[in-house]
Parts: sequence; structure tokens; C-alpha cells
Amino acid sequence: MLELRKDIFADERDDNLKEIGKGTQRQDMLGHITGTSSYFGDHKLQGMLHLKVVRSAQAHARLRRIDTTEAERSAGVRRIIRSADVPRNLNTLLSLINFGKDDEPSLAVDKVRYKGEPIVAIVADSEREAFEAIAKVRIDYEPLPTVFDVEEALKPGAPVVNETYPKNAFIYHDVHDHQKLRFGDADAALATADHVLEQRYQMSPIEHAPTETNGAIAAPDTNGRYVVYTSTQALFFSVDTCAKILDVPSNTFHFIGGTVGGGFGGKVDTLTEPLAILAAMLTGRPVRYVFGREEEMQYGPPRGAERIFIKDGVMRDGRIVARKIRAYFDSGAYTRLSSYAAVKCAAHLPGPYTIPNVHGDVYCVFTNRTPATAMRGFGVTAMDFAIECQMDKLANLVGMDPMEFRILNAYRDGDMKAHRREAKNTALIECVQVAAEKAKWPIREEFRRASSRKDGGGSRAVIPPTPADARARPAAPVQQRTSYDRLPPTVTREPPREPPPPTPPPSSPRPAAPSHGATRFSSVFGTRRR
Amino acid sequence: MSKTPLQFRHNGRDVAIFVDGGTNLLVALRELIGDMTPKFGCGQGGCGACSVLIDGEIHLSCLTLAETAAGRSVETLDGMKQGPNLHPLQRAFADNFAAQCGYCTPGMLMAAKALLDRNPQPSRDEVVEAISGNICRCTGYESIINAILAAAGGRASA
Repeated sequence: MLELRKDIFADERDDNLKEIGKGTQRQDMLGHITGTSSYFGDHKLQGMLHLKVVRSAQAHARLRRIDTTEAERSAGVRRIIRSADVPRNLNTLLSLINFGKDDEPSLAVDKVRYKGEPIVAIVADSEREAFEAIAKVRIDYEPLPTVFDVEEALKPGAPVVNETYPKNAFIYHDVHDHQKLRFGDADAALATADHVLEQRYQMSPIEHAPTETNGAIAAPDTNGRYVVYTSTQALFFSVDTCAKILDVPSNTFHFIGGTVGGGFGGKVDTLTEPLAILAAMLTGRPVRYVFGREEEMQYGPPRGAERIFIKDGVMRDGRIVARKIRAYFDSGAYTRLSSYAAVKCAAHLPGPYTIPNVHGDVYCVFTNRTPATAMRGFGVTAMDFAIECQMDKLANLVGMDPMEFRILNAYRDGDMKAHRREAKNTALIECVQVAAEKAKWPIREEFRRASSRKDGGGSRAVIPPTPADARARPAAPVQQRTSYDRLPPTVTREPPREPPPPTPPPSSPRPAAPSHGATRFSSVFGTRRR
Repeated sequence: MSKTPLQFRHNGRDVAIFVDGGTNLLVALRELIGDMTPKFGCGQGGCGACSVLIDGEIHLSCLTLAETAAGRSVETLDGMKQGPNLHPLQRAFADNFAAQCGYCTPGMLMAAKALLDRNPQPSRDEVVEAISGNICRCTGYESIINAILAAAGGRASA
């Protein structure tokens, strides 16, 4: 059962609150237990048609010819939707926050980039008749070389998966092919460490497998608008994405959602709404487009695979002195949300530990696999899996208890994190202590007495001299602003970026404190689109 | 396609519909009768979201031919409330936070009802066995098991 350990950090908290810290009933509980919660699929509309898509049988191929003549004559078929019918058949989800280039069509145009990519949509009186028509569509593929491995994809001469990113890597700020973190001199510290441990970690894609599959029902409303029942986890995101793809104002739509039969990140990609609405526009009838279980498992976007290399330097007394990480996030054929996952991944380095020398390179890579998307801590989860496996191995290497080893290296209040931000409200030490207590795992007195609020800061708050990378940095464009950024109070608070030095200096001084949100999130916002 | 007339009891009420050959009970209940409480999750008998009781026995309606329900009594979550009052199982699910997204809940409740109707004081292991065909992807099994045990009035331990 739930246990709140209010004894820890009790003086930092006001427990005299009305709601926080107290159990409360879910507002949707009565609907759930009586079966009256209304999921998108529980709406039955008069004259509803059913949409199904023809999916690519190839992982990478040019589309020579798409023959739908027989399918058009198939019983119950009302409409066949081709790529040319989609008003704006190129999108990327995060373009709504000015991040990334449009790189994914709703229906494939001249090429397919992963097995299962939608090519043609069929709208029929019943699902069964839609399936029968799908079997009659003839597609002439010209197979292209495929790449399924993140490191292979980055090699020169690898097949180009997505022409928007010809080097198979997402490009940040128009110039950077990866996310980079430099703090101190990891190579120098590795050279003098008592032990060096280098390991490779690989995490596979994971399907969310929600019990309710992705889907939407779109219907013409009586006022010229379209009502859309949807399973989306990101309703307003979906509204705007549909408005963009269908090239209409977003107030064309009345989206109804919020009751989601399990999402876990797998229902943020707006995969079914645009085609369902387009079909409703083209037929004037309500249209339902829902993934079957096989579609959900095979072609629904998974948590992306990650490959992570960690090289750590550790001293005999257990202190980690250097952590060098190279990570590859497998985005699949399109960006979706993986560019953001790589940012999160880099931002998480080197884990919740104070390590004086950190070196991180994180790549968002395109391959001919199913496009990846959000899933419960994506970008961080796999990195944590790798880091914590590594922590156990390091503890073993220096002959320390793994719990004590974590407490020794844990960050504490006042420490400088690798991102040049002071660690505040840290709690890893207390978490480990409670975990040890619960597991009846003995730890020594000095580690039982350790505290996140003691022994941090001081020399641990110093930003070490950080050598620049050997090659000259390409010039980055001026910091992009978003529409909701506050203007800086004075122009002098944000000086123009200095041109890159001609030769790498031995060390760089502590950078100026960020002046506003745009700088703080500068690594998130890439190309400005509009 | 010719249609077959089909009569059965649905939550204590006689219903008569016409079904196409091959129609499963889930489609008959949802699309022809309009009872949306059984859910479609997989259509392959893997998830239990479509669970209903036929003559008191738990069945996966997605794998049950509608015609096999002829003359029998089909119970769904829609018939669980006792008038305006919640069934003890429903109350126990709410009190124990045994629903998150709610999509597996109709099937879970039917599996729980099938158990308690024949075994009013199950052990924890028997509860686990009874819901073993029902997937909760929000992974709320502990709360669900506790709710069923609470409804049974006992807090049997494993």
C-alpha cells in the first residue's frame, strides 16, 4: 500500500493543505465502474462508414504504380483516398512548437520508408468490405536498400531514409547533427582514473499495447464543422495538427476526447484523426478509422530503441571521476517526437550523480523501422537503464556495496550539474536509504547518516575548465524565439553570440547566466518554420 | 447475405435481433443491441475486455458466435447495478481505486462477478486465477485484487 514518508524533509513542506497529501476519488470513477465512460469507439452514428489503410509491404521502396481500379469496383466501397487528396500532405508533429521540419506524409507519395506505412485509404460501408477492397489494391514497388541499425545509418554511403534529413540524423538549429554535453575534461580524467569501464547497452522498441487501440470517428456537424471523437492523449495538439494537414482553421473542428483507454504515450501522434476527417469531408458521412490489434502492435509507434555506450573512470575509493556517453536514439523513418527525446536524453546526463567530468553525444537517427514516439519517460528511461546497470558494474569493479556506491556518488544540494545548473532539492540519497531499509539491505552507518542536504556545494559547485572540441564549431543561427517568450528586459542582457574562435582555446570560462526562457530551452527549439 | 433471427435474455430483458452469419456476440451486443459496456480490445481472446456472462459463466464475447447465445441469459456490466444502487463489487472497485483508464474495468467486473457468484469467499490465489484472462495495461492488478477481496468481505492473504 501507499506509504508517504513525511519524516523526510518535513521542514521543507507545508502539510496543512486541503488536497495535496490526501487521497481523493477520481472524477471518472463512477463512469468506469458502471461502464458509462464514453470512449471514442462507443459512439454509433447514423450512416457511419469505415476507413482502413493499405499499408506498405516493404520497409523501403519507391512506389512505381498504385492500381486501385479493382478496389474501386469492390462491394461497399464509397471512396478511395490517395496522397494527392490530402491538402497538406507533409507534417511533423513538433512543427506546432517550431521544432523540426515537415518530414512525414499522411499517405505515402512516391516512396515508403517503413513497413506498414499508409499508402492509400479506403472508405467502405463496413470494415469487412474495406478489408476486401484492400486485398484488391495492386502496388508496384521498386525495393530500395534498407538500413535498420542506428550506427550503420550514420555511416557515409548509408541509404537515405528520409530526404528531409539526408544524413539520417535529425538536425538541431539547422547545423548540429546531435546533442552535445561537455563538462570538464573527461578524456584527461579517464587517462588518470584507477579503473575504466566501457560498456554497450541496447534497448529494443517497446509497444505501449493499450487495451483500446488508436482510433477516431469524424462526422459532419450541422453547422459546417466536423465533430471528432478521438482516443488522442493530446487533444489540442491533435486539433492543430489536423487543421494544418487539412489546411482549414482549427475552429472547423469540435474534438471530443479525454476518455482514453490507455495511452502511455502511444496516442499522441494524431495518426487516425486527419484521414477520418478528410474522409468525412469527401463523403459527407461519419467515418470511423480505428486500428485493429495487429495494426496497433505492428505499426503503432513504439518507444524508440536506443543504443548507449558508456565509458566511466572510477577511483579505488569509489568516486566516479569521468563519464563519457555516446547514445543513439532510433527515431524510425520519421521524426515524430524522437528529436525531443534525444534532448531529454542529453539533459539527463550523467544521471543523478555528481561527476566532475562529463562528455555526452546523443544522436536522433533515422532508420527504416516503425517511427518511434513518446512513452513514459522516453529519452530518459533507456539512459537510466544503461546508467544503473553501469553503476552496479562499477560498484562490483571497486568492491563496493551498490547501494553505498550510489550514495557516495549521488548529487547533493549545491553541487554543480553537468548542465551548469546548481542541484537543488536533491533526494537520491534518501531514496536509496529508504530502498535499502525496505529491502532489509544492510548499509554502513556513515551511509545511513548521509544526507542530500549535507556535504554538497563547495568544491563540488565548481565548473571545471572545459576544453572545446577539436574541430571548429559551425556557426549557429541567432537564438530562435517563440511567440510566448517574454522579451528580454534590456538588449544588453542578452549579448549577441560571439563568433566561434578560430582555434580551440584550452578552456572556456563559465558562461553567462541565461536571461530568459528561450535561452534556457535553446536546445529544444530548432528551426523556426513561420 | 441472409440474416438469422436471434433471441436471448440480455440483463434480464428479452431481446430479438437479426444477425449475419459469423457475427460475434461482442458486435451483436455493441452494434445491434447498443450495449457499449463490453469493450473491443483485441478481437482474439487475448485481453478479456469483452468478457460477459452467459448463464453465469464467463465468456469472451469477441470469440463467441452470437447465435450460440440463443435462448440463454447474457449479462454485461450494464446490468450489474441493482436499481439505482451500485453492486458491492462496483463500490469496492471505486473504494479501492481499482480503475485507471477504465477500459478493462467492464471485463474485470464481469470476471469478478463470475467468481463471487460461485465462490463468495475466494482466496487471493483464486482471485488472481479468476482475472488471469483480463489484461489491465495500466497495471492496476493489486488494487483490482484488493477490491475483489474487499467485496467478498474477507481480506484473505496469499
